[in-house]
Amino acid sequence: MTEPGKAAPAAPGRAMPLADPRFRSIFFQTVLIVTVLAAGYVAVINADANLRAQRIATGLGFLDHPAGFGINQTLIAYSEADSYGRVFVVGLLNTLLVSVIGIVLATIVGFVVGIARLSSNWLIARAAGAYVEVMRNLPLLFQILFWYLAVLGTLPSPRQSLSIADSIFISNRGIIVPSFAFGDGAEIVLAALMLGIGATAALGMLSRHRRRATGRPLTLWWAAVLLLVGLPLAVLAATDFPIGIERPVLRGFNFVGGVRMLPEFAALLIALVTYTGAFIAEIVRAGILSVHRSQTEAAYALGLTRGLALRLIVVPQALRLIVPPLTSQYLNLTKNSSLAVAIGYPDLFAVFAGTTLNQTGQAIEIIAITMAIYLLLSLTTSALMNWYNARMRLAER
Amino acid sequence: MSEHGSSPVIRTTRNAVAVELSGVHKWFGEFHALDGVDLKVMRGERVVVCGPSGSGKSTMIRCINGLEMHQRGKVVVDGVELTDNLKRIDEVRREVGMVFQSLNLFPHLTVLENCTLAPIWVRHMPRREAEALAMQYLARVYIPEQAAKYPGQLSGGQQQRVAIARALCMNPKIMLFDEPTSALDPEMVKEVLDTMVELAMDGMTMIVVSHEMGFARQVANRVVFMDFGQIVESAEPEEFFSHPKHERTKLFLSQILH
Ligand SMILES: Nc1ncnc2c1ncn2[C@@H]1O[C@H](COP(=O)(O)OP(=O)(O)OP(=O)(O)O)[C@@H](O)[C@H]1O
Ligand SMILES: [Mg+2]
Repeated sequence: MTEPGKAAPAAPGRAMPLADPRFRSIFFQTVLIVTVLAAGYVAVINADANLRAQRIATGLGFLDHPAGFGINQTLIAYSEADSYGRVFVVGLLNTLLVSVIGIVLATIVGFVVGIARLSSNWLIARAAGAYVEVMRNLPLLFQILFWYLAVLGTLPSPRQSLSIADSIFISNRGIIVPSFAFGDGAEIVLAALMLGIGATAALGMLSRHRRRATGRPLTLWWAAVLLLVGLPLAVLAATDFPIGIERPVLRGFNFVGGVRMLPEFAALLIALVTYTGAFIAEIVRAGILSVHRSQTEAAYALGLTRGLALRLIVVPQALRLIVPPLTSQYLNLTKNSSLAVAIGYPDLFAVFAGTTLNQTGQAIEIIAITMAIYLLLSLTTSALMNWYNARMRLAER
Repeated sequence: MSEHGSSPVIRTTRNAVAVELSGVHKWFGEFHALDGVDLKVMRGERVVVCGPSGSGKSTMIRCINGLEMHQRGKVVVDGVELTDNLKRIDEVRREVGMVFQSLNLFPHLTVLENCTLAPIWVRHMPRREAEALAMQYLARVYIPEQAAKYPGQLSGGQQQRVAIARALCMNPKIMLFDEPTSALDPEMVKEVLDTMVELAMDGMTMIVVSHEMGFARQVANRVVFMDFGQIVESAEPEEFFSHPKHERTKLFLSQILH
C-alpha cells in the first residue's frame, strides 16, 4: 500500500481515498499497467542480452529449415526432410484430432454418466458415482501413464496380437483396423454416399415440417436405410467395386495395410475422455437437479412420457446452467492434451514446443506461437459456446 | 366441453363412475399417509376435499393420476385401473388434467407453447390446430392477449389460469386441483376461482383440494373431510357445513371458519 499511515480503520465520515470506488479503480489499474510495462521491459532487455550471448538469430526464419526428425503419427504427408513449419502443422493437426474427438466422446460419456447418477436404480447410480469419484480424484498425468504403460503397454507384440475376425489386430503397437482402398471410379460411389446423406437430411427436415403441419412425423427409417446403405451399395456394384477393403497383414515384425491407431493416441484419448467425462457428468447432474421436480411432474400430469419430459422440459432448462461450465471443460481438455508429451504422442506441444525448441533453441518465438495457438483454440471454443448459449437464451426470453 | 348428455346411454352407464378409490393405502417409509381411503366420484360430479395440513389430501389426489403409486387397494380412473404399468399410467394421465398449488408453467416456453406442448407431442395434433385450440382456452380464462409472453412475465393469478387452460387443451375428462389458490395473493384468488366455477358449470368432473368454503358451497356436490390419511366425513355442502357429524370435522371447521 502506498499510504501506510492510513491503514488504521477509518473513522466513519472521514473517507479514505481508497474507499472511493472511482479512485480505487483508477489507482489499481495504474499500478497494474506500470507493473506489466516494467516486467515487459525487463524481459525484453534480458532476452536480448541472452540471445546475443548465445548467438541465436531471432525471427521466424527457422520455420523453413529442415526438421530432420520423424513423427510417428501424421495426418498430412511428412518426412524428415520437411521443414519445422510443417512440423508445426502436423503437431497442430494432431492436437486438434485428439481434442475434437476427445470433446465429442467426453460429452457423450458425461451426459450418460451424469444422467445415470440420477437413476432410481441403486446399482447404476452407485456405479456412476464411483466412476466420477475415482476419475476426478486421480491426477490426469497418472491416468495417461496408467493407460499407456499398465494397459496398452502390456498387450502382446504384433506377432501374438489379439485379432478379431482376422481384420482387427490389437497389440502393443496399437490397434489396426482394415482401411478402404480406392480405385478408379471411387468418386462416383462417394458421390452416391453424399447424395444419400443429403437426401436423408432433407427427408428429416420434411418430416419435421410434416409434424408441425399434421402432428405426425413421416415414418422414415426404411427410406433412410435405402438411401444411406442401399444407394451406395447399388452404385458400388454397378461401377464394379472401385472401393475395396484392405486388411492389415502381418509382414515380418509389423503390419502393413489398414489404419493404425497409435497406443500413444489411444492412451491419451481414453484418459482425456474418462477424466473430463467425470467432470462433465457432475455438471450435467447439477444442471438436471437444478430443474425443480414440479416441472417434471407437471409434464407427466399432461401425459408426456418420461423421455419426452426429459427432452422437452428438463434438458432445455438444464442446458442453460450446463453450457458455461461445459465450455471450461472443453478448454481444459484441449489444454490437457499437451500432457501428450509425457508418453510421446506427437501433439503440437510435444513436436513443436518440445523437439523443435530443443533443436533450434528459438524459445521465445516457439513459446509465443504455441501460446498464441492454445489461446486461439480456447477463444474459438469459448466463442462457439457463447454463441450457442446466447441463441438459447434468446429463444427463452 | 364434455361428453355429457349427448353420448349414448350404454356408454354413460359404463363410464358413470369417473374415479373410484377402494381401500387405498400408501406409506412413505414408516409413515402411513393414506390409511384405507374409499372414494367414488361420478361423472360430472364436483368433489371438494378439505382437511388439516398433512392429512393426505395431496397424496390422495396424486394417486389418481399416478404421480404417487398406492401400495394397497385399487384406483380406477375412467375404467382404467392404475398399476405400475407405465402405459396405463400414461393413458390415464392423458384423460386427467391437473392444476398444482405451486406455479409450475414451463418457464422456457411461451404461454401459447405451454398450452400446445401436450396436444402436439401427446395427441399428435397439427400445430395450427393446437394453437387454435389453445387460443380458444386462453380466451376462456380471459388472457388471450398474454399468449406470446413467458410465464415469468405474468402475475400469479394469470399463471394459474394459464395452468388451467394448459390442462384443458388436452380435453380431459376429469380435472384435479390441488389447492390452486393457496399460493396466490388474496386479490388474485377470485379470478382463479371464477374460472373454476365456470368450468364446473360446463359439467366438468372435478376433484378439488381447497379450503375455499365459498367455492365449495357454490359448486360442490359433495365435500370430503380428511384427517390422518382417512376420509372422516363426506356430505353435501349444506349438510357438511351446518351439521358436521364428527368431532374432528367440527374442530376443523371451527378453525377455518373462525
Ligand atoms: N414424498 C414424500 N416423502 C415422505 N413423506 C411425504 C411425501 N409426500 C408427503 N409426505 C407426507 O405425507 C403426509 C401427507 O402429505 P400430503 O401432502 O398429502 O398432505 P396434505 O393433506 O396435502 O397437506 P397440505 O395441506 O399441507 O398440503 C405429510 O405428513 C407429508 O409429510
Ligand atoms: Mg397438499
